[in-house]
Amino acid sequence: MSDVTLNTAVAGVPHDASAPRSAPIRQTGAIAWVRQNLFATWLSTAVTLLLAYLILRWTVGFIEWAFLNAIWEVPVVNGQAQTQACREMRGTGACWAVINEKHRFILFGTYPFEQHWRPALVCVLFVALYIVSAMRRFWNWTLVPIWIVTLTVIGILMWGGILGLPYVPQERWGGLPITLILSTFGLALAFPLAILVALGRRSKLPAIKILCVLYVELIRGVPLISLLFMASVMFPLFLPEGMNIDKLLRAQVAITLFAGAYLAEVVRGGLQALPRGQYEAAEALGLSYWQKTGLIILPQALRLVIPPLVNTFIGFFKDTSLVLIIGIFDLLTAGKTAIVEPAWQGFGVEVYVTVGVIYLVFCFAMSKYSQGLERDLNQHRRR
Amino acid sequence: MGETVLEAPVASAMRTDAPPAIVLEGVNKWFGALHVLRDINLQVAAGERVVVCGPSGSGKSTMIRCINRLEQHQEGKIVVDGIELTDDLRSLDAIRREVGMVFQSFNLFPHLTVLENCTLAPIWVRRMPKKEAEELAMEYLTRVRIPEQAKKYPGQLSGGQQQRVAIARALCMKPKIMLFDEPTSALDPEMIKEVLDTMVMLASTGMTMICVTHEMGFARQVADRVVFMDRGEIVESGEPEAIFSNPQTDRLKLFLSQILRGH
Repeated sequence: MSDVTLNTAVAGVPHDASAPRSAPIRQTGAIAWVRQNLFATWLSTAVTLLLAYLILRWTVGFIEWAFLNAIWEVPVVNGQAQTQACREMRGTGACWAVINEKHRFILFGTYPFEQHWRPALVCVLFVALYIVSAMRRFWNWTLVPIWIVTLTVIGILMWGGILGLPYVPQERWGGLPITLILSTFGLALAFPLAILVALGRRSKLPAIKILCVLYVELIRGVPLISLLFMASVMFPLFLPEGMNIDKLLRAQVAITLFAGAYLAEVVRGGLQALPRGQYEAAEALGLSYWQKTGLIILPQALRLVIPPLVNTFIGFFKDTSLVLIIGIFDLLTAGKTAIVEPAWQGFGVEVYVTVGVIYLVFCFAMSKYSQGLERDLNQHRRR
Repeated sequence: MGETVLEAPVASAMRTDAPPAIVLEGVNKWFGALHVLRDINLQVAAGERVVVCGPSGSGKSTMIRCINRLEQHQEGKIVVDGIELTDDLRSLDAIRREVGMVFQSFNLFPHLTVLENCTLAPIWVRRMPKKEAEELAMEYLTRVRIPEQAKKYPGQLSGGQQQRVAIARALCMKPKIMLFDEPTSALDPEMIKEVLDTMVMLASTGMTMICVTHEMGFARQVADRVVFMDRGEIVESGEPEAIFSNPQTDRLKLFLSQILRGH
């Protein structure tokens, strides 16, 4: 209160000291902001101008390359793309014709061309599944049959062999469906596994605890690439003659185990952040271990670790591209293979930009969604 | 804070003929090498109100936390409502259903509303239908005089209100015994009274209560017995008047002079 009286005395305005005073009005408006933040001193003015010049130049250059000088189509003669026009524009204009020509291969790999509607539908189904799962209206048991049905339909579409769909062996799958299959199954299975391992690491039973610690430390201590190699090259050596587990399935298992170890540590961080009082209050009320864990501990712990969880999710979505080293055609590998053909050699930038944009769309959606989720689920912490 | 409650003593509902609600016999506990409970013998009759006091680190909280096994005793016997506390999980579940606990730091579940905090255990442990549990919760929230906060989250309430919710939450399990572990120690002075009033109200219903507290006014008004602990032992116990006006041991005299100096 003494501050208030002092201020009014200085200002010379008679003022009731006990009346609430409104916050001082700050200078606002775009021009005031620009002057204050961008042109306050001669140094800041110089930096502003330099950066503005660089940004402008780069933007103009990109627009010229990507749009103004771009070549969208090239003539095809006898099934051979005539890429001379593109080659003449190298460096000054993008050759989007390569995407135009190769987008089906990039998206679906070596899947039989006339059957491409099947993996396309699979991608749509996956996206629909994500959207439905993201809606909190569906966060109950109805989600389980939805997932089972969708994944069954996806399996039927990819393999075929029934309902008049020609059979397509797994070796011919490729592109975006592979990336989505590996990351969806990987994370959907790794997440529950991670929760169990994180709980196990805090178990009072020594056998369970040691098992969980061993799992996390062993898997986390090895690069994903070597796990994939083990799954694809070494694992079959231990199998009896004639028995063969699908290559994709082996990669899937390796990715799931790897993601599980990382996620388990993230979840454990959340468990440790909870005060002991929460455990004690739940126990004192007579809740059983699983009730306590499911109703009190996990809901709070998982909310706390949404940012690192999503971080790990995004990381693994992109890490699925490592399956290329055991010869599985995911989106990135398909993109790389698309430009092996002599006519298209040298147009990697266009292909990689396109593939990058596809990855970005998925990762950005995850990131945006998690921000909203974090805000909504932590409402109780707002006052 | 001794003067917060000045009303007449609350009549006791203690029944000495009934089997004791809580029996501790020769209970010992160590934290590592530290001997925190030494040969504790204590019997609490059904309907009896016991206040436990003593300097910090004297083992009072540990003792009442042993009664619902938030801490495990290493020697001796604890019988609650006729059931002995053993490693058998069924006996533990049975005891925790009958024993309510209120903590110093409230320990409400921050992600659940006040109402959900109260209905959680009745629904999941007692298998009560949701509607019935909500009616019960509203009844107890009314009794602790905060029914209008039912839809809020604990973080939106004051400390005193949170502690009253914690009391209502424990009562929703209809426990036979209530344990209070320094329920007013984390509260601002102006909020202590509202919580103590709630506890006095509860005492008048004939609830068996053990309360660790330094609120001597509350002890005088409500307690049938005051137990003084120091260094893990029960040093003195008796009626509140006798304990406060006529302490027998130097340790109790010292303790009383220390806590009364502040008033």
